[in-house]
Amino acid sequence: MAKAFKNLAQKIREINQRYSKPHIEMSAGVRVSLLVLRVYLLFLVSLMVYKFILLLH
Amino acid sequence: MNFYSKLYYRLRKWMKAVQLYLVIAGPGLVVMIADNDAGGITTYAATGAKYGYNLIWFLLILIPVAYYVQEMTVRLGAVTKRGHAEAIFDGFGAFWGWFSLIDLMFVDWLTLVTEFIGMTAALQIFGIPPWATVVGVVALMGGIVINGRYWTWEKLAMLFCALNLIYIPGAFMVNASVSDVLKEGLIPNFPGGFNGELFFFLMANIGTTIAPWMLFFQQSSVVDKGLQEKDIPWGKFDTLFGSMLTVVVAIFIVVVTGTVLKGVDIDSASQAAEHLLKTNHWVGTFMAIGLFDAGLLGAICISLASSWAFGEIFGWAHSLNQKIKEAPWFYASYFFTLVTAGLVVLIPDAPLVLITLFVQVVAVTLLPAALVFLILLLNDKKHMGEYCNTLGENLIGGFIVLAIVVLSSLYGISVMFPDLYK
Repeated sequence: MAKAFKNLAQKIREINQRYSKPHIEMSAGVRVSLLVLRVYLLFLVSLMVYKFILLLH
Repeated sequence: MNFYSKLYYRLRKWMKAVQLYLVIAGPGLVVMIADNDAGGITTYAATGAKYGYNLIWFLLILIPVAYYVQEMTVRLGAVTKRGHAEAIFDGFGAFWGWFSLIDLMFVDWLTLVTEFIGMTAALQIFGIPPWATVVGVVALMGGIVINGRYWTWEKLAMLFCALNLIYIPGAFMVNASVSDVLKEGLIPNFPGGFNGELFFFLMANIGTTIAPWMLFFQQSSVVDKGLQEKDIPWGKFDTLFGSMLTVVVAIFIVVVTGTVLKGVDIDSASQAAEHLLKTNHWVGTFMAIGLFDAGLLGAICISLASSWAFGEIFGWAHSLNQKIKEAPWFYASYFFTLVTAGLVVLIPDAPLVLITLFVQVVAVTLLPAALVFLILLLNDKKHMGEYCNTLGENLIGGFIVLAIVVLSSLYGISVMFPDLYK
């Protein structure tokens, strides 16, 4: 079991290394799109957390 | 004589084109018809029961919406020979890759649970207990993939797609007035004015038209099938034909419930089938069979979408052309998602309604990201070359993506805060 987890962790490290750099050309448009996406996802996650807190109360 | 020889020549040419299409056909047709999954059938049944034929025009708008989004996955898959998950990892790095993969796994699993909810509810109408449905479906889906040939899987999936057309005779049996359908359905209108409830239904219909798993599924499917750049026109045609067929089926469901159940509050397609059984036995039976088939088609595609994505990233063998011994992790992941999702439905008092709502909320976090990545990847000249998006495609695709992102987000938010638009 421990070996399986170790192998998985190793595999994930390999994947992270293989895809450490984006291969798409990082033009201004791409950068802006990714930034907007981050903000949008943060907003959605905040809403979900807020809803979760409301449900707890 | 000249006329007959010309006619014969044209007929042969046409037959050859049909034969070629039948060889290429598959990913687009299957993904689009599977789009009418258990959740989709419920949405269309509820739309018809609530607004009659009045929103048919809106369903017609969804043909280009579905087509323009999905045809991009055909080009991306055929040119790069990579699935959507791998394309995101490679294009945008590990952070966005893991985000998409983990989110996809989560959304797919939850959606799979909703497919099982639909299938068990449909067969319960015929007295089949949920455990028997779950066991039967897992066995059937195992049998479909276990032979180790993509072609066989695809043609079997297309058989289930054909069964999805069962709603069409159902609509003819309820004796709907064609002139009413055309008069009320084809002229854009907002029955009862544009209010919060109508907005919710419009968003729900868009939400069922484009789901995150569809992008991942079709692109991986195109790669597994081995489509090349030269096959792109046929792949596009396949997608267009599929998007038209899916909307036609949706319209016929709306016609059935709009004719027989107008004014009845419908919470699920199985409830619609039960109501229909009281008025017309065969129409109710068709609705229940169609619901089961829709859930099955959805389950077939969704469980494969996750397995393909994991295989692409972890470097496992991940093709339906490989047998279990050759691709053990691919099939293990396929059966694991399938069996665990089926078991959830069998848990007594499991919060199935909550799960159904939760799917819609979580999907909203993945869909915009997947669509934005799709547009950006289609503009990557280095990888896409001449198949890059043109300005026109960017304008159309960009507008559709923006509209889907805004509307699906509003839909997800409205599920979280139901009183928001009231």
